[in-house]
Amino acid sequence: MSAIELEHTAGNSDRTPADAPHGVNPELSIEHVSREFTAPDGSIVHALSDVSLSIFPGELVSIIGPSGCGKTTLLRLIAGLDKPQDGTLSLAGEPIEGPNPKRGYVFQQGSLFPWLTVEENIAFGLKAQGIYRERKADVARYIDMVGLRGFEQAYPHQISGGMAQRVAIARALIDHPDVLLLDEPMGALDSFTRADLQDRLLDIWEQYHMTMILVTHDVDEAIYLGSRVVIMTPRPGRIKEIVPIALDARDRVSDEFAAYRKQLLKKLHFDAHEVHAGNSAAVAASVQEPATVSGWDTAKKED
Amino acid sequence: MSSLITDLTVPPAVRADRLARANASGANTRGGEAGSRRVFVLPYPLTVVFTIGGFLIAELVSVFFPQIAPVTFTEGELWIFLLTGQEAYRGLLVILAIAYALAGIVDLRSAQKRAYYRSRAPFRFAMGIALALWDIAGTKLQTLPQPFFPGPAKVLEAFVTDGGYIVLNTLYSTRLFIAGFIVGVVLGVVTGVLIGWFDKAYYWVFPVLKITGVIPSVAWMPFALTLMPTPFAAAVFLLVIASWFPVAFLTAQGIKSTPKMLVEAARTLGASTPYILFHVAIPNATPSIFTGIGMANSLSFLTLVISEMMGQPGGLGYYIDQAKAWSSYYKILAAIVVMAILFSLIMKIIEVVRGRVLRWQKGLVR
Ligand SMILES: Nc1ncnc2c1ncn2[C@@H]1O[C@H](COP(=O)(O)OP(=O)(O)O)[C@@H](O)[C@H]1O
Ligand SMILES: [Mg+2]
Repeated sequence: MSAIELEHTAGNSDRTPADAPHGVNPELSIEHVSREFTAPDGSIVHALSDVSLSIFPGELVSIIGPSGCGKTTLLRLIAGLDKPQDGTLSLAGEPIEGPNPKRGYVFQQGSLFPWLTVEENIAFGLKAQGIYRERKADVARYIDMVGLRGFEQAYPHQISGGMAQRVAIARALIDHPDVLLLDEPMGALDSFTRADLQDRLLDIWEQYHMTMILVTHDVDEAIYLGSRVVIMTPRPGRIKEIVPIALDARDRVSDEFAAYRKQLLKKLHFDAHEVHAGNSAAVAASVQEPATVSGWDTAKKED
Repeated sequence: MSSLITDLTVPPAVRADRLARANASGANTRGGEAGSRRVFVLPYPLTVVFTIGGFLIAELVSVFFPQIAPVTFTEGELWIFLLTGQEAYRGLLVILAIAYALAGIVDLRSAQKRAYYRSRAPFRFAMGIALALWDIAGTKLQTLPQPFFPGPAKVLEAFVTDGGYIVLNTLYSTRLFIAGFIVGVVLGVVTGVLIGWFDKAYYWVFPVLKITGVIPSVAWMPFALTLMPTPFAAAVFLLVIASWFPVAFLTAQGIKSTPKMLVEAARTLGASTPYILFHVAIPNATPSIFTGIGMANSLSFLTLVISEMMGQPGGLGYYIDQAKAWSSYYKILAAIVVMAILFSLIMKIIEVVRGRVLRWQKGLVR
């Protein structure tokens, strides 16, 4: 990808559903969605304000932004765990009314049932829907898929954080979701475990041609996994920009990867003086370009 | 077996030396005896001798220590045997020694079992010594105030002379406990789940539960005795109240403390609300439910004994009350021994059930 093309995509901030990069109907439509909360002190928090986003079948979209910009709120709305005050959300033309196994959800951590074994956790959805008997054999297949054979009988507290997240992913996938929603699923993992899980996720995505939405606070992760990166800003929570990623190869140390990283960091840096200190530190942690780092450091000191 | 006992004939000084070595080696051999520090380890056969040594010393004390205080033993019928409390005591010591010796032989199988047997040896030895001292202070010299603290032989005489009656009263207590405790726990779990799950039930019932629950259930005894058709039903009623409150309270708390994330995870996996209640909220509450059952258990023992001492036609509490009227303190002690055994047994059963149900917690807590 040339620098000119990069410039072009960087300027592309139009995100109406009609502006489909694939030229197909969106699978997931989010139109003019707003969600506000009342904070404990009685003030109104605009977690999401007039957010529109279209996601196309088989896409892997990363959502990145400082903490408190409404990423989780947006994902919960898509999952049907929460309802917007304004706007509509629909999956394949059907309005989203409540939670459904068609929209799998992977929490950041600690969402496994501690009293169930790895195997029982993965089978939970099948049992809850009363289809365990017919699909019993799938459980072993999904255990294999996330590489947990031999740990079927382990309880969640007996396995590592990375393994627990793989269980959470298998547990969501066994319901054959159309969309997999991942809310910082690797946020609590060390970088080795994280890289391993990223590749597993890519394998699954390629194998099943599945739509995935991944919330992250890691710039590298957003670029590495996403076919588009949605940048969000807080107070009120909005989509600032959508950056399409067209990497020839998924290579974390390639020049074009570095170019994307620089571009994204610049965009995030643009709002750095508004960014919460805790989150800017998290984004800065993934910065490797010295020029950009200094900018972030200043921002942190000012905060 | 016999060779083990002949080993006992070594002089006390040598034995004491060996005992000291056994105690010192206890710390070194934790986790098995496969270690290389052989020098400090008491050979296993001697550990067995040490274990039963306490009981054998107690036996020797009972047989050879001069009987200074004037004590008379009465013969009683135990099953097909006609014997006095003292004979029963001596017999019991021999049985204990044989049992622990056999256990030592059975535990020979694995290193782990041997290590466990070793670790219990000092305590078992001390039990025998304690019996010997009690025998001297309670029977031989009677330095303990009489008739309040008779020796072990006299306590056993209660079983020999009054065994059938004690068994009858033990059965009465057991029946009463099972009826009251089980009904109370079941009711407690059901109401606790309702209160914890339905906000309306929480609003209306929880405050009532909080106020009535702190009243010791025996306070209701006058009402229970007049309003219930039989004294037995009255005591069951009191036991139900005693065990219902802590179980309901802690079950409600356990249900309420279900993490929102787990409920939401279940929803995204297609679980209905009733499914979430039974497969998320209730499993989440089980540790708390068992805490409640544990509290209910000890409150029930208390309620059981107190209500039996006041207006029951039977039971161990009733037996104690009767014995007190005749100043037969050795019978009271006998009833207390039975209670200790019975209640420990019940607690053990609950613990085993708890361990089974909460085996997912193993390694997570403590
Ligand atoms: N249930 C809630 N009640 C009150 N405020 C909330 C609630 N959920 C989210 N918020 C607020 O909405 C904003 C966005 O939150 P969130 O979506 O969790 O951000 P992110 O996931 O990007 O860190 C934050 O300011 C947060 O405090
Ligand atoms: Mg979040």
